[in-house]
Amino acid sequence: MIKVLFFAHLKDLVGTSELSLEVENITAKELKQILEQKYSITFENYIMIAVNEEYAHSDVKIQNGDTVALIPPVSGG
Amino acid sequence: MNEPLYEITRDPISVEKVIQKVIRNEAGAITTFIGTVREWTNGKRTLFLEYEAYEKMAVKMLDKIGQEIKEKWPNVKCAITHRIGRLEISDIAVVIAISTPHRKDAYEANQYAIERIKEIVPIWKKEYSEDGEIWVGNQLETVSYPLGKPALEELDD
Repeated sequence: MIKVLFFAHLKDLVGTSELSLEVENITAKELKQILEQKYSITFENYIMIAVNEEYAHSDVKIQNGDTVALIPPVSGG
Repeated sequence: MNEPLYEITRDPISVEKVIQKVIRNEAGAITTFIGTVREWTNGKRTLFLEYEAYEKMAVKMLDKIGQEIKEKWPNVKCAITHRIGRLEISDIAVVIAISTPHRKDAYEANQYAIERIKEIVPIWKKEYSEDGEIWVGNQLETVSYPLGKPALEELDD
């Protein structure tokens, strides 16, 4: 089981800020594709991925128990 | 007195409190940056802003910026507080305080901190204007997109 977090306009787009998924042995990129199919949306390539609160490359393996966040371009400050 | 140097808060920020965190005997200079909510942007009027954060990661990234600053400038102490939630015009959104032995480093490190906040800290603002509401950075071909991404080489750190 992994936890997936959505923020800002992505949260509005998918209609939730958090969900749990049962996935095994997939990369961050593959997770993006699963979510795209689930919600019939396209994540632009500027959407970053964070695994356990650290930015991660798209080929990183997602492990059971991980928290994965989809990070739109930030606009703090 | 052992308050965290890097904070996300829903409450109004006390500039003085952030400054207090970096005051020390070795310092001869303290610079502060205060980011406030602007009413007019390119002729468009903002009514108020709503900030959202991935709080746990935002604190981690603020801490990372602090580590980067320590590597770049000698004997520096840094404290950053960012406010989230609804902010009115002229409210303080972010305060950065940097202390160093000499002024030049304090200015440079402070500017570095705010630029990095705008690149890597997962905080987003929703702008409420007379035309409606919009997440800043959610439109294609705005300048905020490339700046919103950390450079790839940084991901390998």
